[in-house]
Amino acid sequence: MPKTERRTFLLDFEKPLCELESRIDQIRELAVENKVDVSEQIAQLEARAEQLRKEIFSTLTPAQRLQLARHPRRPSTLDYIQAISDEWFELHGDRGGSDDPALVGGVARLEGRPVVMLGHQKGRDTKDNVARNFGMASPGGYRKAIRLMEHANKFGMPILTFIDTPGAWPGIESEKLGQGEAIAYNLRQMFSFEVPIICTVIGEGGSGGALGIGVAECLLMFEHSVYTVASPEACAAILWKDAKKAEQAATALKITAWDLKELGIIEGILPEPISGAHAEPLEAAATLKQALIENLERLVEMAPEQRQELRYQKFRQIGAFKEIPL
Amino acid sequence: MSLFDWFANLRKTEPLIQEQQEREIADGLWTKCAACGVLAYTKDLKANQLVCAECGYHGRVDSDERILQLLDPKTWKPLAEEVYPTDILGFRDRKAYRDRLREYQQKTGLIDAVKTGTGLIDGLPVALGVMDFRFMGGSMGSVVGEKLCRLIERATAERFPLVIICASGGARMQEGMLSLMQMAKISGALHRHQKAKLLYIPVLTNPTTGGVTASFAMLGDIILAEPKATIGFAGKRVIEQTIREKLPEGFQTSEYLLQHGFVDTIVPRTQLKKTLAQLISLHQPFFPLLSPSQKLERHHSAIHNAI
Ligand SMILES: [Zn+2]
Repeated sequence: MPKTERRTFLLDFEKPLCELESRIDQIRELAVENKVDVSEQIAQLEARAEQLRKEIFSTLTPAQRLQLARHPRRPSTLDYIQAISDEWFELHGDRGGSDDPALVGGVARLEGRPVVMLGHQKGRDTKDNVARNFGMASPGGYRKAIRLMEHANKFGMPILTFIDTPGAWPGIESEKLGQGEAIAYNLRQMFSFEVPIICTVIGEGGSGGALGIGVAECLLMFEHSVYTVASPEACAAILWKDAKKAEQAATALKITAWDLKELGIIEGILPEPISGAHAEPLEAAATLKQALIENLERLVEMAPEQRQELRYQKFRQIGAFKEIPL
Repeated sequence: MSLFDWFANLRKTEPLIQEQQEREIADGLWTKCAACGVLAYTKDLKANQLVCAECGYHGRVDSDERILQLLDPKTWKPLAEEVYPTDILGFRDRKAYRDRLREYQQKTGLIDAVKTGTGLIDGLPVALGVMDFRFMGGSMGSVVGEKLCRLIERATAERFPLVIICASGGARMQEGMLSLMQMAKISGALHRHQKAKLLYIPVLTNPTTGGVTASFAMLGDIILAEPKATIGFAGKRVIEQTIREKLPEGFQTSEYLLQHGFVDTIVPRTQLKKTLAQLISLHQPFFPLLSPSQKLERHHSAIHNAI
């Protein structure tokens, strides 16, 4: 990403780094004007900037990761699909009267293999975001998703889903059309499919709206993505009765990839380019592609029943309780 | 978030005082209806399953009372009573989750927000799960997920129909993602029950919202609801804040869901046992009644085949 654009979307914790970089630029300009050689000093400062960048991005708090996960320039589902597939043919509609732009999907070819890819779609700018409803799907979106997954199952194509949503859309129309039923139906049906399912959280995994396309035997997360039962803002408002406690809630809720790996919820963490996926989208896409291919190679070897059992057991063992004999 | 509404209501109505008053009235043999304010003789109200004879208001029923109402006497066999909640995240908001759990256990005498077991309804075996709203708003954490899964797996193994009485504000945030994942876990168990061609009837009571609505509450072969229950996915407050519009009259009620095709019928509590028994009986395997001559014919052909 060009430096000027990066500055437009600067996050708080990136400021010291940005200041250092501006200083380097200034020195470079002055040196050209005054015709002096400062290459040694520049090299030193650049090394310091690199060091600072590493420090900042290796010690992010959960709230800072959340900011990265929601970064307006973070690659979206369609960005990744276009980057990783050899062919891509988008399909539309839930066959029940709607085509939700907040949830996209279609047939694709990944390293020669036909697959179905689908995911939440956030907008690339404000106008697009309004059209995409900020990636918040309606019942029609979840019904389009399950229709595409049924298609995949029929034709023996693996299902690859990409999760990136603040949550399912909370509106009057959504309730009227059965948002709860749409998500619930997906949860149960996804256990029935014979084909491999891999879900990847690429940005924001928001609650039931994320889970609605999130039942898989293999669940992956990008390093700076998050997955949460409720947004830290909502959680803070409810449990702390203070929306300003969102940062605390983000930590308490355990929303990072490492937390969820430890809790046995996800199978793998995909490393991101330093500064986050938005800094080097193609590098992030390459990482995603490799992870999907590797996991697919493993999963296609299994019998359908084996994959279903793996999927069942993956979720069956999630939970924390103690057993006290009567 | 639908739990928000619940907490907001808690604050609004100051339930402790209200509950206390109610208890005092109840101790005095009388109970005041929360909807119409009419005083009823407590014994009569209980005999009417906590449904107001005056206005039909369905008062809240705890899990023990509900089990008594639905099952044939002395047929309840509880399951998974040894499963207790634990605080694996070390979660603390204004209070530690660990302390919250202990307080609710002491206050309600419950272990967590669901009771599961088997029993008979008019002589028909059934696997029954009953959520209890008194325990942290019936929120779904690991214990609710585990107990319901064990119940559903038992139902699948024994070929029992399954009935779950839903009453929940949604996922239990204090268990983070573990609670969200219970939605998928339970839905997975329901998939196996469904694949075995067994009957599942959720009964939606006030309130059924959030993650419970977006999972097992909406996955019934037949879905029943009590009158005037609040049923929905997103909380009313969240919707209002998002769309900045006032919500229509009767939005997210049992009647609204019936109108839009998401529940099969609304059943007053006093008719619930009878209705469940009828539906379960209608879904029993069919063995046609044979006339004596048909029986004799079958008998002969059986002997013939055996030779
Ligand atoms: Zn009344």
